[in-house]
Amino acid sequence: MAAKLPKDVRKTIRFILDGEIVELRNCDPTRTVLQYLREDLQRVGTKEGCAEGDCGACTVVIGELVSVPDGLQLRAINSCIQFLPTLDGKVLFTIESLAAESGELHPVQQAMVECHGSQCGFCTPGFVMSLFALYKSAAHPDRREIDNALAGNLCRCTGYRPIVDAARKMYDYHSTENKDKSSWLSVPGSTVLDELSVTEAQQVDKLRSIAATGTLHLEFDGKQYYAPDSIEELAALLRQNPDACILSGGTDIGLWVTKQHRHLASVIYTGNIQSFKQISVSASHLTIGAGAPISDVMPMLSQYFPELDELFLRFASPPIRNAGTLGGNIANASPIGDSMPVLIVLGAELLLRSGDNNRVIALDDFYLDYQKTALARGEFVQEVRIPLPATDATVRTYKLSKRFDQDISAVCAAFSVAFNENIVTNVRIAYGGMAAIPKRAVKCELALLGKQWDDAGILEAVSALDRDFAPLTDMRASDGYRRNAAANLLRRFYIDSKQGETLTNVYHYGR
Amino acid sequence: MAVKIANSTIRGGVGASHPHDSARLHVTGGATYTDDIPEPRNILHAALGVSSQPHARIISIDLEAVLAAPGVVAVITAEHIPGENNYGAVVADDPILAPDLVQYVGQPIFAVAAATVDQARQAAGLAQVEYAALPAILDAETAVREKSFILPSETLRTGDSRSAIELAPHRLQGKVNLGGQDQFYLEGQIALAIPREGGDLFIYSSTQHPGEIQHAVAHAIGRQAKDVVVECRRMGGAFGGKESQPALIAAVAALLAQKTGAAVKLRLDRDADMIVTGKRHDFVIDYDVGFDDRGVILGINFCYASRCGMSADLSGAINDRTMFHTDNAYFLSDATIESHRCKTHTVSNTAFRGFGGPQGMFGIEYVVDEIARQLQVDPLDVRKVNFYGSDTRNVTPYKQIVDDNIIHEIVDKLEASSDYRQRRVEIAQWNRENDVLKRGIALTPVKFGISFTATHLNQAGALVHIYTDGTVHLNHGGTEMGQGLFTKVAQVVAEEFQIDIDQIKVTASDTSKVPNASATAASSGSDLNGKAAQRAARKIKKRLVKFATEHFSVSAKDVIFANNKVTVGEQSLPFQELIKLAYMARTSLSSTGFYRTPRINYDRSTFSGRPFFYFAYGAAVSEVVIDTLTGENRLLRSDILHDCGDSLNPAIDLGQVEGGFVQGVGWLTSEELWWNQDGVLKTHAPSTYKIPTSSDVPDDLRVELLADSANREKTIYRSKAVGEPPLMLALSVFHAIKDAVAGVTEGKRSPHLDAPATPETILTSIENLSVGLDQ
Repeated sequence: MAAKLPKDVRKTIRFILDGEIVELRNCDPTRTVLQYLREDLQRVGTKEGCAEGDCGACTVVIGELVSVPDGLQLRAINSCIQFLPTLDGKVLFTIESLAAESGELHPVQQAMVECHGSQCGFCTPGFVMSLFALYKSAAHPDRREIDNALAGNLCRCTGYRPIVDAARKMYDYHSTENKDKSSWLSVPGSTVLDELSVTEAQQVDKLRSIAATGTLHLEFDGKQYYAPDSIEELAALLRQNPDACILSGGTDIGLWVTKQHRHLASVIYTGNIQSFKQISVSASHLTIGAGAPISDVMPMLSQYFPELDELFLRFASPPIRNAGTLGGNIANASPIGDSMPVLIVLGAELLLRSGDNNRVIALDDFYLDYQKTALARGEFVQEVRIPLPATDATVRTYKLSKRFDQDISAVCAAFSVAFNENIVTNVRIAYGGMAAIPKRAVKCELALLGKQWDDAGILEAVSALDRDFAPLTDMRASDGYRRNAAANLLRRFYIDSKQGETLTNVYHYGR
Repeated sequence: MAVKIANSTIRGGVGASHPHDSARLHVTGGATYTDDIPEPRNILHAALGVSSQPHARIISIDLEAVLAAPGVVAVITAEHIPGENNYGAVVADDPILAPDLVQYVGQPIFAVAAATVDQARQAAGLAQVEYAALPAILDAETAVREKSFILPSETLRTGDSRSAIELAPHRLQGKVNLGGQDQFYLEGQIALAIPREGGDLFIYSSTQHPGEIQHAVAHAIGRQAKDVVVECRRMGGAFGGKESQPALIAAVAALLAQKTGAAVKLRLDRDADMIVTGKRHDFVIDYDVGFDDRGVILGINFCYASRCGMSADLSGAINDRTMFHTDNAYFLSDATIESHRCKTHTVSNTAFRGFGGPQGMFGIEYVVDEIARQLQVDPLDVRKVNFYGSDTRNVTPYKQIVDDNIIHEIVDKLEASSDYRQRRVEIAQWNRENDVLKRGIALTPVKFGISFTATHLNQAGALVHIYTDGTVHLNHGGTEMGQGLFTKVAQVVAEEFQIDIDQIKVTASDTSKVPNASATAASSGSDLNGKAAQRAARKIKKRLVKFATEHFSVSAKDVIFANNKVTVGEQSLPFQELIKLAYMARTSLSSTGFYRTPRINYDRSTFSGRPFFYFAYGAAVSEVVIDTLTGENRLLRSDILHDCGDSLNPAIDLGQVEGGFVQGVGWLTSEELWWNQDGVLKTHAPSTYKIPTSSDVPDDLRVELLADSANREKTIYRSKAVGEPPLMLALSVFHAIKDAVAGVTEGKRSPHLDAPATPETILTSIENLSVGLDQ
C-alpha cells in the first residue's frame, strides 16, 4: 500500500555522471548501481566479483557536498550492493570517468601501469577507484593509510606490493607549476571548495542544482521506494507503512537482494535526511544520528576514545564504512556486529522514535534474541547517545578474526573497568560472537566487582566468564576457541590495564 | 641458437621489463572479459539447480514451478542431453547434470535459461527434488578407513626404507593435517554459447584449456570437434581452477543454446562458483622417519591421503605430483611414498597452482622441521645436510638425476643477505623477554619440476602472420590468465623480427587458429608457446632472408634484422619496407610453429624416468610474530631469492614470484575451507573465506630474482618457468609460525601445527604444547 505523501513529492532521481545530469523516472528501486552500469549503460569496466561488498571489484566513487569541511566529499563505495536510487543528488565516478578524453591516463592509472600493478586485471578497476578516492583525500599516505584505503579490495594475482607502490607513486605526476586547473582530476588531496579546479567547481554547481530535497517516491513493478528529507517525514512514512524496510547504508540489505533474491515491497531510504547524520557533543554525551556513516562516526569516537582506533580501522572496509551507518549496525542486530560490545560497555543509549513519540532505551536492553530487538512496529532508532568517558575507567575493545582487515569477528570483546586503590569499583564487560546477541558478561562482572584487580581476581573472573556464555561452533571458530579466546582477551585486558611493558598486540607490533 | 641481439633498441624485446600487454586496458576498464562481450540479440541467461544432499538417490524432480517462473524459457535435466553426459577429461565420471545419483552438496541437477540473470537464479531455487539419502563419506581419513578410493592407491619406492628407519639412530612418527584452498580468481566461472549455422556453436569461455571445452561441448551436444569453436581472450584469474572446471559451465551453456536456439550465458555468482567447482586437495599426511645425529634422513615413509571428492578429475596427476615433490630439495636414499586418492561425497577437487606439489613439499618440510627440533638444532642446518648434492646424492626417488642443482648457492646467498643467523639469535633473546608475543623465523627451499608429467601434453603450436604494413598478428595455444604469457611470447616474436612489441598484436586463444593445444598449466606456458612462436617467426624470417638474398643479390649472412630495420649488405631499410617488397615478390608471410619438449620420458607404471625437463629453484626467509593468548599472527618480513633462469621479463616474473608467495601465505594461514557435518561448505564467499589483503603483506618484503642463472637446458632464451614454484616459498611463513609457537618453550619442545595456521589452530597448538610441558 502506498503511503500518504506530501504534495512536493518527487518522482525522478537525478545524479551526475561524466559531468552530465542523468535523470531517471522509472527505475527499479532495488536495482544495484552495478547492474545499472553494466546492464543498462553497458559501462562494463566496473566488475562483479562477489555481489556482497567484500571483494571491491565493483568499487566506484560517490561525491556529495558536505558542510564540514565545506566541500566536495569523494568516497569509495561498493556498487554491487548500492541501490540505484540512492545516487539521487550525488555525483558518480566510475573507472571510465578517469582517463582524459585525449586518452591520457589519470595519475592513479599511470602509476598502476608503471608499477606493474595489474596482472589478470579483473580487480584493477576497483583498486584504481579506491586509489582515486585516496588520491583525492590524502596527500602522501603512509603504508597503514594505504592498507586502510585498500582494505576493501582483494587482489589474487599480485601480492599487493606493486599496488602499494602505485599508491606511493601516484603523487609523482603532480607538479604545482604544471597543475592543469582545467582537470578536476589533477588536484591530489584537496576537497575544499576554494581549492577546486574549474571542472570540479562546475561539478559542485551542478550538484547544488540537483540537491535531493523533498520526499522522493518511486514506484516500480509493485515496489515502493521513499526517500524523505526530514526525520519527521521518516517517522510519518514509517507509521503509515510499518512493514517497510528502512534502508540506510544498505551494506546488509543489499545482500538480501543480491544473495537471497528477496523481494522488498517497500523501502524507506534515510540517506537524504541530513539531520539524521548529525554528530554533536554536549558536556556529558556524544550524540550520533543513526544515519551517520561509520566513516564519520569513527574519527569522532576516536577523539574521545582513542583506544577504539584499531577496532574501527578493522571495522569492515572503507567502502562499507562509507555506506554503512552506526544506526544500521545497531538496528540490524547481528550477534557479530563490531560496534555493539563497546557501545554496551560505554553505557550507550538509543533514542527510539515512533511517529511523534520518543523513548530512550539502554543499548544493553535493546537486544532480545537472535536478530530480535526491542523496536516496536513502526519504531526506529533515531540517535545513539554515548556518555563521554569517565576519567577513572579503563576502556578497551578487542576483535578476533581469521584476517585482520575486513573480516567478521569470531569474538569481539569490550571492557570498561574503574578502580579505586586497585579495587574494582565499576565494571562492564560485553562480548560479540559468544551468544545469539551482543551480550554483557554478567557473572564475570559480578566476580570482579569490589574485588582486588590482581591475578587471583582474574582467575576467578575467567572461571565466571565460562559460565556466562555457551558459544556455537561455526566456520569462523569452534566453541572451544571462542571460550578460550574470550577468557584470554580478559587476560589481555588485565595485562594492558597494568600499563606495563608487556606487548600484547600483534596488529600494532613493529609498525 | 637463441642469442639476443646485443644493444638492441627495440621496445619490448626479450629481457625487458615491459608492462603487461593489457596493462593500459586493465587500468581504464577497457579490458574485455567474457561477461563484458556485447551480448547477442535475445540472449538468455542460465543458472544451475543443485543438490542439497551430499550423497543421495534422486527419487523425483518436480520442475513445474521452475518452468512457470517469470522469464523462464527452458529447463534441462540429464535426460535432455543429446550427447555424452560427462565433462571429465581423464575419467568419464563427471556428469554435467546428475542423472539419478547426487554425490556432493552443490552438484548440478538441472539448468534453467531465462530472460535475465535474476530470473534464472530465482527460478533455479524453485524446484522440488525428492532424495533418498545414502551414507556420505566427507573426509579423507574416513575414506581411508572405509577404503573409498576414486583411483587406485600408488606407491613410489626407492631403496629399503623399512630397514633404514629401523637401523637409524633416531626415529620420529607423526601425522599432520593440511587444508585445501579455493582458487578465488576474481572473475567467476563463465561461458557464453552462441549458435551458428547448421547447429554449430561458438563458445566464449573463461578457460585455461579451450581445446577441452571444444571437445566437452561437442560431446555433450552430440556433435564433433569441427562443429565447435572456442575463444578466450583473457581470464580474470584462474590458478588451475579454470583447467577442467570450465567444461561444466560451457557444456551447460551449450546445451541450453542448442535447445533454445538462442545465445546463452552461464555466469556463476561467487557462492555458486565456490560451492559447485573444485579446489586444492586437502591432505592427511602420516610420516615415519629415521635419521642420524646430524639430521640426515636415512629412511622415510610417507602415507598421503588426499580428499579427491566425488570424481577423478585431475586427481591422478595431482597426487602423482605430490609423490614426485615429496623430496622437495632433499636427497632421499630410502623412501616409500604411498598415496591414497580418496573418494568422498564432496566437490571434486582439482588443479590449483602447484598441482599437488605443494602438499608433497609441505610433508617433507614438516618432517625436516620435526627432526631439527628433536635434535635441538637450527632447522636450516638439517635442511642443508639433506640437500641434493651436485654429483653425488643427486638421484630422485623416481630415478631422475638432478643435474641442474643450484639450491646450495641460492640458500647460501639468502642466508647471508637476510642475516638469518643473527636474527635467529636476536629473536630467541626477544622471546625470552616477552611473555605474550613470540616471534619466529624460518628459511625454506623450493625445488619444483617443470613439465607436464603426462609427457604427451608437452607440445604447443603458434600462428604468426605479417601484414603488408609490417605489423604482426600473433596467436598461440596458450591462454592469458594474468600471468603475462601474451606479453612474454610477444617479446619473443619482437626479438626474432627485431621490431617494437607494439607492432605485434596478440590475439585471443582460439581453437580454430591453433588446434589441440594443451591446457595452459604446469607453469609451462612461456616455455612451450614461446618456443612455438619463435619457430613460426623463424620460418617466416627464413623466407624473408631468402627473398632478400635474391632481391638484393647478397648472401644470407649479410641480411641482418636489428632495431626495427633490416640491413642488407650496404643498405638498410625499415622492416615494413622489406615486408612490402617480399609481398610484391609473392612471399608467404604467414606460418605456424610447433614445439615439443625434448629429453623427457617417463614410465608411469614404474614411476621412474625423467618426467621433468628441468627444475626451478628458490628459497625464502620469513619472520612472524604471534600472540600466545589468541593465536593471532602477522608476517613481519620476508626475503626471497628465486630462480627464473634468464628472465624473459623480470617485472612480470617478479609479479609471479610475489603473487605466488602471497597466495601460498593465504593457503597456509587465513584461508580455511569449512564444511559442516552435513557436507555443506560454509565458507563460500569472501565474507567467510579470507584470502590475504594488502595489510597482510609486510612492508619489509625483499624479493629478488637470481642473477646470472641461465637455464642449463635450451629453453626459450634460457628462461625458466615461474607460474607455480613461488607459491611454495610460503612454507617459510608456516614454519616461522611453528618456530614462534616453539618459542613458548624456548624451543625446547616441538609444537604440532596443522595447516592452515589460523589463530584457532595456533592457539590449539600452543595449548597442546603447554599441556605437554605440565606432564
